[in-house]
Amino acid sequence: MFSRTSNPNNQYIFSIILVVLISLVCFAFKDIIGYKVIAFILLVTVSFVAMFYRIVPTLLAAVLSALIWNFFFIKPYYTFHIGNTEDKFMFFMYFVIALINAVLTFKIRQIERIANEKESKLQSIKLYNTLLDSLSHELKTPIAAIIGSTDALQSNAIMTENQKEKLLEEISIASLRLNNQVENLLNMSRLESGVIVAKMDWVDVNEIVYEVIRALKIKSYTQKIVVTATENLPLFKLDYGLTEHVIYNLLNNAIIYTPEKSTITINLSYSENTLQIIILDEGNGFPEDEIAFVFDKFYRLKNSRPGGSGLGLSIVKGFVEAQNGTVTLENRVEGGAKFIIKIKTEVSKFNPTENE
Amino acid sequence: MNKRQILVIDDESQIRKLLEITLSTNDFDVKLAENGLEGIRYAATFQPDLIMLDLGLPDIDGQKVLQQLREWYLNPIMILSVKSEESEIVKALDNGANDYLIKPFRTQELLARVRSHMRNHIKEASEPVITSSNFSIDLIARIVKVNNEEVKLTQTEFNLLAILAKNEGKVLTHQYLLKEIWGKSYSDQTQYLRVFVAQLRKKIEKDANHPEMILTESGIGYRFILT
Repeated sequence: MFSRTSNPNNQYIFSIILVVLISLVCFAFKDIIGYKVIAFILLVTVSFVAMFYRIVPTLLAAVLSALIWNFFFIKPYYTFHIGNTEDKFMFFMYFVIALINAVLTFKIRQIERIANEKESKLQSIKLYNTLLDSLSHELKTPIAAIIGSTDALQSNAIMTENQKEKLLEEISIASLRLNNQVENLLNMSRLESGVIVAKMDWVDVNEIVYEVIRALKIKSYTQKIVVTATENLPLFKLDYGLTEHVIYNLLNNAIIYTPEKSTITINLSYSENTLQIIILDEGNGFPEDEIAFVFDKFYRLKNSRPGGSGLGLSIVKGFVEAQNGTVTLENRVEGGAKFIIKIKTEVSKFNPTENE
Repeated sequence: MNKRQILVIDDESQIRKLLEITLSTNDFDVKLAENGLEGIRYAATFQPDLIMLDLGLPDIDGQKVLQQLREWYLNPIMILSVKSEESEIVKALDNGANDYLIKPFRTQELLARVRSHMRNHIKEASEPVITSSNFSIDLIARIVKVNNEEVKLTQTEFNLLAILAKNEGKVLTHQYLLKEIWGKSYSDQTQYLRVFVAQLRKKIEKDANHPEMILTESGIGYRFILT
């Protein structure tokens, strides 16, 4: 009844009801408690209304209670006429106190609200700065590498072929890294602006997985990627590009963060109309208390290695959810991380080749 | 032998410079145009063997330039663009582009594509047998051989392979393939294509999971490469 979000029209009705109810109680005991005490009780009622309601219902309660007090409790009863001067003065004072009460409480609440807003604004600025810091670090490091290496190559310093080769290699790595970061940022902003609409069409998930593995070849990773899939995996209605991105980001993460020569497994299966993609690695897994946050935008593990943007997993989540799917993460008992993607969609087992 | 000529239409001077160096050091004669109008004019003047076209031009929309060029220009057109949206690429292919590369691209990839398009264009369109070291398809006798052994294909599988092979190097969209093989009313029945491509790969690729001939163009279509 006193919630601040309640319907404004209800606020008028409730403040009238409250004042009338209290007045009725007072009326029943008016011979025992005396009209001056009743004035205080009514003032307390107005303050109470002011604590929860907006200014206009509060003023309404103030005026109504003053009128009731005058009409029912000040002699002569049942008339707005006031007999003696002291009572006239008291009625006037009642009126003023009730109004001040209402206005002051309203002002206090207003100030409180502004302070709250300021604080949350400060907090979001702080958060924004942290994000900007990590982001500018991730963007500027590769740029620094490129500028530094080209400067060195353009200088007249005497260099061996081997050294030159190394600098060129640096430029190449840095530009790939930069490209990756920009891609992530663009995808994030596409996600946030809501322009991503999944285009669901029949896809061969096996094909997507092997395409991703082919695309990852330039990363010259040392891990072994094993694909296990239910035999004769049917076609699913998915967005090819989004699914490709999801698998790419997860495998790419696994390549970056798990030990050399360890095994990364990607398992494809389905039950009824749900496709399940599981990606397992043999790395260190994730700290249990951080698992809840890893899909948050810009979240970086507390002791993570540099190189990531904190966007990869949030893009995974966004792209899976754009296809009405879910992605979860857990640590494996035997060590390593386990990402589970489930997408409920149409399944096609139809085989047109059988008719030929 | 005369150098083959390539016209680059791109408004970014860095990209023009990069392509000029890359292509000329690989023995191509390079012409540069920095907007759509100049591009169309140069294409008419020089009759280049291949055109590289950027879609984001300052004066005319790249898709329009492409349409205008295709009214009379028959040699290969490659799209170079930063736009990676599937719909934009499919539109360019529908407008007659042979291929597309998304910026940033790798130089090796670019050169490989250019060479493949040049090679194919020299070939006579009516050539009935398409062969490489370990693959051949006879379009008239309808015989496919892998490592000199005949491979049994169903009628639809053969039709699909034939249309891919005749357009070697060219990206063919899902819709195009479906229309050509199954007819107009099938143009959104992608499951047919997925199933037949998977089957075909099992029969002609060394490893169907790592195809070397029938390549997937993510979300767009397929491209056939002679190995």
